[in-house]
This record gives sequence, C-alpha cells and structure tokens, in this order.
Amino acid sequence: MPKSPERPALTLNDIRPGRRARIRRHLARGAVRQRLMDLGLMPNVEVILVRSAPLGDPIELKLEATSLTLRRREASTIEIFDDE
Amino acid sequence: MNERNDLLVALAGQQNAGKSTLFNMLTGARQHVANYPGVTVDKKYGQYSDTEGVVRTVDLPGTYSLTSFSLEERVARDFLIQERPDVTINVVDGSNLHRSLHLTLQILEMELPVVLALNMMDVAEGRGLAIDQAALSTRLGLPVVRTVGRKGEGRAPLRTAIRALAAADKPQTTKFPVTYGPLEPDLVALTQAIQTTPELTGMPARWLALKLLECDAQAATWVRERLEPAQAEPLLEQAAALSATFERNNGLDVSDHLVSCRERAVSNLLDGVTTDPESGRPTLTDRIDRVLLNRLAAPAFLVLTVFLIYQIAIVWGYELTNYTWPILAKTRELIAGVLPEAGFLVDPYTRSMGLWLVDSANTLLNYVPIFLILFALIAMLEDSGYMARIAFILDKVLHRFGLHGQSTLPLILGGVFAGGCAVPGVMATKGIPDNRARMATILTVPFMNCLAKVPLYTLLLGIFFVEDKSLMMFYISTMTIIFALLVSKLLTKTVLRGEETSPFVMELPTYHLPTVSGVLRRAFERTWIYIKKVGTIVVAVAVVVFTLLQFPGVPEERMAEFEHRGEAAVVAFERAMAGNAYQRLATAEHIGPLVNYYNDYKRAKLNASGAEGSRAVNARFEQRNPEYYPLVSRPKGDKDARKANRYLRKLSSERKSIRREMKEERITNSLLGMIGRSMEPVTQFAGFDWKINVALLSSFAARESSVATLGVLFQQDEDQNASLEERMGAETMAGGATALLGTAIILFFALYPPCLATTVMVKVQTGSYKWMIFSIVFPTLLGLGVASAVYSIGLATGTSGIAMMSWTYFSALALLLILGFLGGRSGRNLRSTSVDSTETGEVRA
Repeated sequence: MPKSPERPALTLNDIRPGRRARIRRHLARGAVRQRLMDLGLMPNVEVILVRSAPLGDPIELKLEATSLTLRRREASTIEIFDDE
Repeated sequence: MNERNDLLVALAGQQNAGKSTLFNMLTGARQHVANYPGVTVDKKYGQYSDTEGVVRTVDLPGTYSLTSFSLEERVARDFLIQERPDVTINVVDGSNLHRSLHLTLQILEMELPVVLALNMMDVAEGRGLAIDQAALSTRLGLPVVRTVGRKGEGRAPLRTAIRALAAADKPQTTKFPVTYGPLEPDLVALTQAIQTTPELTGMPARWLALKLLECDAQAATWVRERLEPAQAEPLLEQAAALSATFERNNGLDVSDHLVSCRERAVSNLLDGVTTDPESGRPTLTDRIDRVLLNRLAAPAFLVLTVFLIYQIAIVWGYELTNYTWPILAKTRELIAGVLPEAGFLVDPYTRSMGLWLVDSANTLLNYVPIFLILFALIAMLEDSGYMARIAFILDKVLHRFGLHGQSTLPLILGGVFAGGCAVPGVMATKGIPDNRARMATILTVPFMNCLAKVPLYTLLLGIFFVEDKSLMMFYISTMTIIFALLVSKLLTKTVLRGEETSPFVMELPTYHLPTVSGVLRRAFERTWIYIKKVGTIVVAVAVVVFTLLQFPGVPEERMAEFEHRGEAAVVAFERAMAGNAYQRLATAEHIGPLVNYYNDYKRAKLNASGAEGSRAVNARFEQRNPEYYPLVSRPKGDKDARKANRYLRKLSSERKSIRREMKEERITNSLLGMIGRSMEPVTQFAGFDWKINVALLSSFAARESSVATLGVLFQQDEDQNASLEERMGAETMAGGATALLGTAIILFFALYPPCLATTVMVKVQTGSYKWMIFSIVFPTLLGLGVASAVYSIGLATGTSGIAMMSWTYFSALALLLILGFLGGRSGRNLRSTSVDSTETGEVRA
C-alpha cells in the first residue's frame, strides 16, 4: 500500500539503471501477472535494473541468472520496496 | 497403444532451455512439423527405435508454466492431460535451475512420470555452477540426467532413463514436494470431492482441485464437459466458495499463494544442491551486452547487422543465382524435349501448359539460394541470442505503430530496404507473443519490397524517370517502411482493435555460439517448408492463370487469317528454296521440325558458355539430326546451306511475329483481358488502362509475371528492335501518359496486395480465411485509392510525376512523425492501470 495518498508507491519504472530493488507486489492482473511471476518476478525477489533500451523503453532487468526485458508500461505495475 | 512396448514421450520445458536441440538429439533427423489441430502452434514429432520398440517423441511448445493464459501453455497442458504420455522429459536449463523447477513441480502435480534433463550443463559448469545431481534426484524423487544438447551429450543415459521409468510399475509421482500451507485443508476437501466423482477418474485429482481453486477457466470447462450440470455446478461452486473464503481470510490471491508456495518449495529443494561461487559476478553475456546494447553503439551494431544480412543474402545470394539459373534453364530444356513438339503456329496444350508450369516453378526455385543463405543467417542470429536484443532495441519505435520488437525479423525477411520475400516474412511472425501486434505484422509485411517487385520498378524508372532514377529509387526503398508503419497504426486502431494483446516481457537469453549443424538444419528445414508450401500453391495458381489467359482463345476468323499468313510464309520459303541443294527439306513434313530445330539450336547456342560449350552444342545437334545440321551450322563453302539458313531465319522470324500477334489477340480476348477491361471504369482515375490492369492482375499470381505480361502486351513490330522500355514508353506516351502514370503505378504496386503464395501463408498463420481475404481486399482498395488520388490531383494541378511522388513521400513521412509523436503521448492516457508513474518517474530521476 502507498504510504500516503499524495505519494504513489515506487515501481520498477522509477529507478535508475544500476539500482537494486526488491519486488513488493504486482498491480497487473490475469495473464500479465502470471507471466511476470513465471519469469521470476515474484514478491520479495531482488532485481537489478541493468539498462534501458537506446530509446528509453523497454528496460532490462537482471534477477539471479536471468536477464529480462519489459516495457516501462509493465514495469510501472510492479511495486518495489522503498527501503534503499 | 503399447503392444510392442512402444512409448509416447513428451518434451516439456521453458523457452530457451534447449528443448528443440535435445529433441533433435533424441530423435535424429527424422521429424515432422505440423500444427496442433485448430491452432497455429507448431507440433513437432519424431521417433526413434530402441531394443524394445518405437519411441514416439513430441516436442511441446516451450512454456514457463502450465496455466491457461497463453495458447502455448494451453496446447502443452492439453497434450499432457489428454494424451498422458508414458514419460515426460522435463528439459531445464542447468544454469537457471531455480526458475525452471516451477514448471517441474507443476508437471509433477499432473501425476506424470518425469525424467529431468539438466540441459546446457556445459554453460552452467563454465560459470562455476555445481549441481548435486544425486541429491536433486532424491529430493524430487525422479531420475535426473545431465545433457548438453548442442554437443549431443547424454543421449544414451536419457534413453535408458526413459525405458527404466516406463518399465517401473506405478512410479514416483505419488510424493508431492509442494504443500500449500493454509490452503491445504481446502485442497484436500476438493481433491476428495473430485476423487469420489467417477466421471473424473483419470484426471489427476489434486491437480484439478488446484486449478479449480485458481478459478482456471479451462479446468471449469473440462468439468462441465464431463459431468451433468447437476453434478458439475455444485463442484464448481464449492471450489469458488473455498477460493473466495481463502482470499478473504488471507488477503491473497489463490494463484499468488500457489506461486509463492512453489517458490518456497524450490528454494528448499535447491538448498545445498547447487553451489554458485561466481554468483553476482558479471558473466560473458553481461560483458558482451555492455558493448552491444550500449546506448550509442547499439543502433550502429543493429544497422551493421541488417546491412550484412542484406549484403550477404540478397546481394551475394543474387549473384549466386547466376550460377544456379543455368541448372534450372537446363531442366526446362530437358522437359521441353520430353513434351510434344511445338506446332508451327499453335502448340499442343500439354506443351504450352507444361512449359508454363515449369517456368512458374523455376521463378520460385530461382530464389532458393537466397533463402538458404537468408535462413542460415537468421538461424545464426536466433541461436546466438542477438535476435532478442534486436527486439529490445527497436521495440519502442515499432510498438508506437502497433507492431512489436519481434516484428523486426519478419520485416527484414520481407525486404525492408530492397529485396526479400513476404512468404518467410509472414512465416516468421509465429514468434511474436502479442496477438494484435502479430496480426498487424502479418498484414504489413507484404508492403515490404519483395524481390519480385524490383523488375517492374526498374522497368518503370527506365521509362518515366530516367533523370530522377536515384531519387525515385530512394523513395521506393524507404517509403515501404513508412507505409507499413502507417498501415499498421491504422489497422491497430480499427480492425485489430479487439485482438488480444499481451505485454512485452521477454527473456534475453545468454549468448551462445551457434553450431554449424543447428544452423544448417534450420536453414534447410525452413527452405523446404517454403518450397513445399509455396510450390504447391504456385503450381495451382499457374494453372488457373494459364486457363484465364488461354480461353476463350483467338476468334475463328482471326485465326483463319493467321493461318493464312503462316501458309504464305511457308510458301515463300518453299519458293525461295527452289533449286537449292537442300530443297528436299523444304517440304511440308520437314518444315515444322526444321524450324523448331533451328530455334532450339539458336537457344542452345545462346545458353552455351565459352567455345567449348558452343562446340558441345554443335556436336549434340549434329547427332540429333545430321540432315538438318548444315542448315544451322552453315559450313564454309556451302553456299546453298548459307542461303537456306537465311530463308530459314526469315521464316522463323515471320512465324515468331505471327505467334506474338496471336498471343496478344489471345490475351486481349481472354477472360483475364475481359476482367482487365471491365475494371477500366474504376482504374481510369489512377490512369491505368486495361493492359496495365492485366499486368497487375497477373502479378497477383507471382510478381515476376507483371513485367513478362507487359512485355507481351506492348508487342514490337517485326523489324523494330526496341526494348520493352522504349516500346511501352512510346505507346503510353502516345496515349498521353506521363511520368504521372508511372508514379501512380509505382505507388499502387508498392501497396499492392501480397502475391497468392503470401496470402496462403497469411491463412496458415492467422488460421482464418477471413484475414486472408482481408489481406487481399484492403491493400487493393488502399493502393487504388492512393494511386487515384495522386493521379487525379496531379492531372488537375498539372504537377509532374516526380513532384507528386515527392509530395506523397513527404506527406506520408510527416504523417508518420506526427503519429509517432502523438502515439507517445496518448499511450500514457490509454493506460488502464491505477498507477501512472512514467511522468513521476521522470520528475524524480
């Protein structure tokens, strides 16, 4: 849940390349949510934002041994913990 | 099914786990690719024999999980549940064990006998990753085999494990590694309810219970299919109630809960089984990507790659066809020799039809070298892992116009710049996971510059745009992508609106060095599919077009006239030959074969290369008919032979010109000609007369034929030796045509519907005739609309062809830029999710 109504929760879309983040929860539903989970983006998993594509979108994430890419639109549905 | 102890084995695994390589290793070269009934997902099956019998092996689509969300997953799941394979080989990527085991646990829940193939272990070990296979095997309760599919390692142990598992009576799967915590009581209750329903025996009860608790739509359908409503509804209601209660009490979705329980189970399983000393350190792939995906360098590498593909496959491949074409030409000669001989004026149908078919097939086969190279290069790109990076780099641009990062490959194959083929392009759309973008790609790939469009462009540029050739060429080669993007945007916003979309979430695989055998296998496989699929269609269509061009034929009184002229020519020949030493050959029985002999000889000489080839031709013809030979070889000192040769040449050229006129007459009167004329009222706005209509119609069968048909329609007179460019230019100019007409034709041809082979591929890939017809009708209307608008406006304002082309080009470009810009804006507003943080992200950053 967002800490305060004025400030929406941080998502994977909000961090800079090189930053680590721990996944908090998904806002997506259904097939998208399932797909993200299948690829390993599960709550409490730690990911690194490796880079964004030359045109800024999509972004590349690294978790454990895998590299994933997803559009910013999907990234903004993945909330992360605001602890760093 | 198992009388001779034959087995059915399925390969299941996640994408990029090397499943197909392992499948090839297991079954060898003998395999069969088909579609699953009703859907466009590939079904690959092969088999091998061992001492006990035949093992049929099916390669299931690669899936991350077994839900009913995606087509691939539904296909894989249906197969496992309905076919109940004797053994399922779960292929996992050794260096990505953690994620892979999620699927393993789901397969185990289906109560299937499983062999775990730890694949790509060389990569894993190269990274210093160690896996305790024995421990993994014990904990999971299944046989674990180490394999390296690319190097063929592990085949024998895998086959042994399959047999051993199949022979064991009621094997391992009774033990479930996953317990679902607070959901367990509900799960047990529902499992019992399923077990006590006789109609549902044969279904793995616990698995079905899990699916029902997840509210899986397909599982509910199964239950409804098997049970009477009176029985099914209470069961489904019970599941829904349990699921709702759980979600209320735990504040958690059932499927999320299942995933996190499996995640915990996997973590426990792997605890102490794997050791990864280098975890966190950059891998080779990371280091390569730092260069290849660098913000500035990435576009350069991409352009270089596309250029190399173009240069190697299209340019060099085209040069290669100079060497392969003679082989095809020779085949044609051989077949021509077998077919009944040509008549003096009218050929037997078997001959003209046979040669027509051979010619059609040859135009197609001529591209085979190009495709072999192209497919090999593409296979290298795919196997290396760079293809996924291309999608990553280009997704933003393509996505803005309704396409997808993975549309790049189809567009390249279709011929983004100059030269490609829409057939493999449409074929390659298979991999695009987003259905709407896939449909948009299928419908726009045909706008690319296919190799066969080039001859017509060249012809038109030669006639109308001699001075502006290079500028026009630039327009032509770049406008296709502009049009394609615009059309894609249009279709996405209209007819494709309701299509299913899915997010761009993709794995970037680790880089691998492609293997020679893997690349060659894929290249040959795809080329063969191309030949098979397109070949049958082209031959069928060739027959139809032939018929449309042949009937009703030349009217009788005109035919009589032609015959009269033919006879006159023969009589003239006979008269000229009077007193000649070879007069005995100037009789009715000899003249026909003699003229054919003369023409065959000339053609053979033309095709022969070098002095040696020429000598060989001489020898061959002397052997074929020593009596006729002097008349074609004109031996020195034999004055009569030289004279006879001259008369023969005259007779032959007269015959040729009569035949050409007959052909024109036939086409004018033909069904296709009638259709072409009947279209004039519509096409006149674009400036097209019936001849151009016929050419454009015939090019629907195969693009190449447009130029050939124009060649026939713009006949030359007997002594005139002008090129088609000059003839067509002179004739159309005389009719008041200007470069404006050229512009209209070029624009129409650029937007022209795909050739028949492509539309068939559209049918195969979309699985519907509706879309196939759409792919024909829409571009026709669009092309005609654009061509008419350009022609009419140009005519009304007195603008030149090249100026109209510039106007069209820059208007399209401007529209593209505007849409691209606006697309970025409105994309945000379209978002349906509750959190909109693109802007906040930028503000914070």
